[in-house]
Amino acid sequence: MPQGSVAEVKDALAGVGYLADEPAALVSFLAQKLGKPVLVEGPAGVGKTELAKALSRATGRELVRLQCYEGLDEAKAMYEWNYRKQLLRIQAGGAQGGWDHVQDDIFSSEFLLTRPLMQAISSPEPVVLLIDEIDKTDQEFEAMLLELLSDFQITIPELGRIEATTMPIVVLTSNDSRELTEALKRRCLYLWLDYPELEREMEIVRLHAPDLPETLARRLVEVIRMVRDLDLKKPPSIAESIDWARTLLLMGAEDIDRETFTQSMSIIVKHRTDIDLIAERVGVKLADPLRAEG
Amino acid sequence: MPTPYGPKADAGPPGLAAKLLGFCEELRGEGVAVGTSEMLDAFAALSEVDWTRREDFREALAATIAKSQDDRRVFELLFERYFFRTAEAEAVQRGVTEHAEGAPPAGDGERFDMSELSEAIREAMQAGDEDQMRDLARLAIAAFGRGEGSGVVGVDVQRIRRTLGLTAGQQPPAEDGSERPPIDRDQLTGFERHLRRELERDLIERTETLPPSRPLAELDRALPTSPTQDLAAVHRAVSQMKRRLATLGHEQRGRKKGQMVDVRRTMRASLETGGVPLRLRYRPKRPRRPEIYVLCDVSTSVTSASVFFLSVLHALHDSFRKLRSFVFIERISEVTDVFEHERDFAAVAQKISSEGGVADVSGYTDYGRVWLEFLEEISEDLDPRSTVIVLGDARTNGREPHAEVFARIAEKAGRLFWLNPEPKLYWNYGDSVMSAYERHCDGAFECWTTKHLENFVNVVAGAKPAAE
Repeated sequence: MPQGSVAEVKDALAGVGYLADEPAALVSFLAQKLGKPVLVEGPAGVGKTELAKALSRATGRELVRLQCYEGLDEAKAMYEWNYRKQLLRIQAGGAQGGWDHVQDDIFSSEFLLTRPLMQAISSPEPVVLLIDEIDKTDQEFEAMLLELLSDFQITIPELGRIEATTMPIVVLTSNDSRELTEALKRRCLYLWLDYPELEREMEIVRLHAPDLPETLARRLVEVIRMVRDLDLKKPPSIAESIDWARTLLLMGAEDIDRETFTQSMSIIVKHRTDIDLIAERVGVKLADPLRAEG
Repeated sequence: MPTPYGPKADAGPPGLAAKLLGFCEELRGEGVAVGTSEMLDAFAALSEVDWTRREDFREALAATIAKSQDDRRVFELLFERYFFRTAEAEAVQRGVTEHAEGAPPAGDGERFDMSELSEAIREAMQAGDEDQMRDLARLAIAAFGRGEGSGVVGVDVQRIRRTLGLTAGQQPPAEDGSERPPIDRDQLTGFERHLRRELERDLIERTETLPPSRPLAELDRALPTSPTQDLAAVHRAVSQMKRRLATLGHEQRGRKKGQMVDVRRTMRASLETGGVPLRLRYRPKRPRRPEIYVLCDVSTSVTSASVFFLSVLHALHDSFRKLRSFVFIERISEVTDVFEHERDFAAVAQKISSEGGVADVSGYTDYGRVWLEFLEEISEDLDPRSTVIVLGDARTNGREPHAEVFARIAEKAGRLFWLNPEPKLYWNYGDSVMSAYERHCDGAFECWTTKHLENFVNVVAGAKPAAE
């Protein structure tokens, strides 16, 4: 899908249900044009993974996902040899062919198990590669990715270099829990996604919960922003705003007063201590139904 | 680079490429690592966007040059200054002024109603409307700025602000009696920035020269005011420490004892012997992440050192997962949570100093009491794998040092290190009881620069200690 400008990218993303802000649209546009990977950082739940999914829907490419965790290694991320098959091949084909024949045979692509990264590189169709939560891995894993990110190729000692025939769009997400290596950042375009402004969050909520009346949506977003300003262990994310909007619809609530809030509080905060804190701070502010909100 | 006493000697070679290179130079001067490959990416990115849209131009540059939130902050400030000044320099060169282009912004000569202007500015600040604030800033300068200006931009900004009656915080009610919303400090700073820019622009027009470019560090950055080194250097030293500490475990633990067979690697190896597993391969012992406990003295006797130590703590939290950190003066307070929630150093430093809870009546360190508390409350968690690092000067203000309690802590922990911000010469002078503690430590080092930190890392990792 040829996307000629930033505005087109933004519209395309909006068309599949992701409301991107200017920087996000611009970086997505640059990623496609320049063929560079994108590193998206930001607090949990602001739509980093969603951006990759939306890009795959908007461009019509398949999404290949690698979920990172501590202890992830090459065998699970890149490729692995199918040892069982190789052993069986040796034992089965012992009689026919000489030693050379067997040796060449067992290290061919037939015996190679491809994992997500390899799948993305060797795919005949262009894909979107999502490397999710890369800050959960360690520096050694990042070092392994460097060749892939800069040249889109993987080197297998026995087979040689596998180069990408189609340029994948690579998106790396990070929850900013640790500093990533310089070498990794150097190879990527950087995007910081933060909690959105009031107007945009309202648009997002209304997009995903269209039946919600506008006044209620505004109130909801204002309360969520109030909650985010508090010092919580886990501030509510955009996904939780949307969940709350849907909950309110189901509850048939018309306004967010203290009672509605206390009943549905656990949708947006997920820690016991946080619940106590917001019950005390925000619950009090909501008690007065006549108070005019700014 | 411009001298502090006058404008740049010449504008430099023309063209956008040269301007961008100059911008990157300035960024490097402020500590943002911009490499050649990033500049090439920036040029590539710029060739894809529309330069007349300032937003796109800025974002394209930022995506390729500023790769973290800290860098982005510096980038924003420098971008405003650099491209503003560049445009102004061009204008000055060509002799273009605003007045030549159309009606001056002062309007048609009506006297300005100050309260109206003030109200309009308040509204603009609340709404965060940058364009409106810029126009109102020009109006304000037209009304009060010209003719009475002192020529010093900072002073004039404050004077205009005061004349308009704008202060942060709660506001007195309006003339018609209605409540005014309180003004946020940040909003006010935003408006002051507009005032400053317009004043500078005015000054440039009048004098037809550029005021000297001051280094950013004096103006807007909020970094720890440590005279010795900056945060980045500390981070680097600590990440070295992490790698050394992580691999230390290998030599000390036996290779062959009690290891699990790694089936996958054994089968792989068996290919060499025709499918018969002649040689067993073992699962490599993952070096267990070291558990680190850091105790940091934050009393007044070590103030500038404690900023350094806090930045060390901050960097350590970034690198190590299982780290528990404590600050102490007379009592211990665990600050692990503060570091887990905040990655921004300034916010962390502020939080720790405000929520201390560690000082008692006198605010002077009492090491003896600190050890007692530590032993009682936290030392059960210590085991032979733990490393305890104490950052302090061992000046216990004449109180009981309780060296025997410290000895018991040293026994429980696997390793115990002391980092002292004073030179070795001062140890044991006055109320410093360093010798009482030193003998129980696995190592005591002087540490107030990153070089010392690196030295500490080297020694801990088992290399030969650097010659003094």
